Amino acid sequence: MPVITYLEAIRQALFDEMAADERVFVMGEDVGAYGGAFKVTDGLLDKFGEKRVIDTPISEAAIVGSAIGASYMGMRPVCEIQFIDFIACAFDMLTNFAATSRYRNGAGAPIVVRGPSGGGVGGGPFHSLNPESFFLNTPGLRMVEPATAYDAKGLLKAAIRNDDPVLYFEHKFLYRRIKDEVPDEDYIVPIGKAAVKREGSDLTIITFGAMVYTALDAATRLEADGVHAEVLDLRSLAPLDREAILQSVSKTNRALLLYEARRTGGIGGELAAIIAEEAFEYLDAPIMRIASQDAPVPYAPPLEAAFLPSVEKVIAGAKKLVEY
Amino acid sequence: MYYFARLARDVEERLVILFRQSKVIGGLYRSLGQEGESVATAYALERRDAVLPLIRNMGALMTVGVRPLEIFRQYMAKGTSNSRGRDLNIHIVHLPDEDANEPVIVGPISMLGDSIPVAAGIAMGARMRGKPRVAMAWIGDGATSTGAFHEGMNFAAVQRIPLVVVAEDNKFAYSTPISKQMAITRIDERAASYGIPHELVDGNDMLAVYDVAKKMVDRARDGAGAQLIGVDTMRMQGHAQHDDARYVPKAQIDEWSRKDPLTRFRSALVERQAGSEKDLDDIDRMTREYAAKEADLAVGEPMPDPETVSRGVYAGDDFAVPRVELVRSPFHQLARP
Repeated sequence: MPVITYLEAIRQALFDEMAADERVFVMGEDVGAYGGAFKVTDGLLDKFGEKRVIDTPISEAAIVGSAIGASYMGMRPVCEIQFIDFIACAFDMLTNFAATSRYRNGAGAPIVVRGPSGGGVGGGPFHSLNPESFFLNTPGLRMVEPATAYDAKGLLKAAIRNDDPVLYFEHKFLYRRIKDEVPDEDYIVPIGKAAVKREGSDLTIITFGAMVYTALDAATRLEADGVHAEVLDLRSLAPLDREAILQSVSKTNRALLLYEARRTGGIGGELAAIIAEEAFEYLDAPIMRIASQDAPVPYAPPLEAAFLPSVEKVIAGAKKLVEY
Repeated sequence: MYYFARLARDVEERLVILFRQSKVIGGLYRSLGQEGESVATAYALERRDAVLPLIRNMGALMTVGVRPLEIFRQYMAKGTSNSRGRDLNIHIVHLPDEDANEPVIVGPISMLGDSIPVAAGIAMGARMRGKPRVAMAWIGDGATSTGAFHEGMNFAAVQRIPLVVVAEDNKFAYSTPISKQMAITRIDERAASYGIPHELVDGNDMLAVYDVAKKMVDRARDGAGAQLIGVDTMRMQGHAQHDDARYVPKAQIDEWSRKDPLTRFRSALVERQAGSEKDLDDIDRMTREYAAKEADLAVGEPMPDPETVSRGVYAGDDFAVPRVELVRSPFHQLARP
């Protein structure tokens, strides 16, 4: 099976879906001739032409708004937000228009809004965001974030074929660092299904995106100390795979919630509530959150390192839970 | 056009009665004084074109054939309404099959400027499908100050999208006068910086509005890209029924009262011998009775079932959404000008 990068997997999904379905098109800033800020859409213009690969003005509300309109006419737009931080400029269109459309009038808005998220690359306050919690409280949207090349391709295909608006967060730290086996043939990774990345019996680290690798590194080192950590990659953030979460926690009896967004009001709070409400009697230790500091994302490498969760912080947290 | 404008006014008059009986849920937003331009702009469209009306475009909705019953159901939050009581007033959506000779109707959300990018996307998407439609979107002076309006206009201009925007200067956005909304005096000049052709028209002269709208719609259909019609008119009541509009100078109301679009259009029709006073009286009676009958029908219909509150948020959990019922006017076989 071919081994390709996370970024290439995203590009393959776009190529495949556009080739298979004439309704699929991409739009965004610099996605055409330039091939996108990270070259995710490189080659699409040559293959599909400017009617299906649309370079837009710097207008996130118009990108998402016109995508909603085009989807009403039967199209399947895939919008690129050049850095996911700028999704804030389309917040109204997503939360008020797209997310409510089906509920209000039965008018589904099958759009995909994708873009590079996450930190660890010196991007500073406006090129490093993890925005999932902004949208977690908005029913009507689906949200995914892959950690592997395989999932990146399969989830994007699933997102494009989904009849709801899907936010697809791709972690920019993983673009060229992560490579794995990805089939050429068609497949999807279903939205709403988590994946156990490592089995363990002492605690579950529930995470997603680039933090999956932080969790796996920590789990490897914990093993040396006799601590067997399970790592659950959520993959979908809306809807959450409650069954997988509860199944794992009821097995390991301890939950460490690891996410790269800021701690307060983050997805960890929702995960903790689900576990506390539905698996309380299984818990042998308090639920723990490890996340970024409650601050804007800083620029200087020593500041960003202190800001982000780290393998060391996860190891320390896991030991505390096991020793509780 | 006279029939549709009368019908719009009579439907709203019935809604006022229902509002006073506490049968309308929440606010009631009148288009008194603006029915004429609303009808005359929509009348310039072909049947399968797309419309994105605002709360004050009852006239446009009647013109494209929305059955008045649908409006009463919506305003009373009935379970039988297009939104099944989930959303208010004229927030209805009709997305026909792409080959059907029916209008696309996409009601606004309360962030009114959002209609412009969505309208651009509808016309762009229809063009991509090879099933082109002109999209017409109405926007008030207040919403032309939003970022979404600007982004949508600019995008439509760059992509040469067949979008006709009707920018209604009705003098107040809630209580804020136009002078505090923009530093230009002609609303159509909003379009200038996008390179979008624009004209200002006396919004209370239905024939003048129709002529400009027809020209703009034809141009958009012929590939000339987005167009904007500035409409000079006046909102003759408050923002909604609760608003006594004490901030509006009495002289301004008096001045515009003399320019009522229906009265003017009626005189023009009689003057040109397009209809007799009796013909027009007959239409008045017809629309009044029709509106009353439709309102009565809606009153007896059930409210939505609370059990359904969380249904239909996501695909795969859809449950029946009543299609917007479209009707033809009794005069639809008459040739259009």
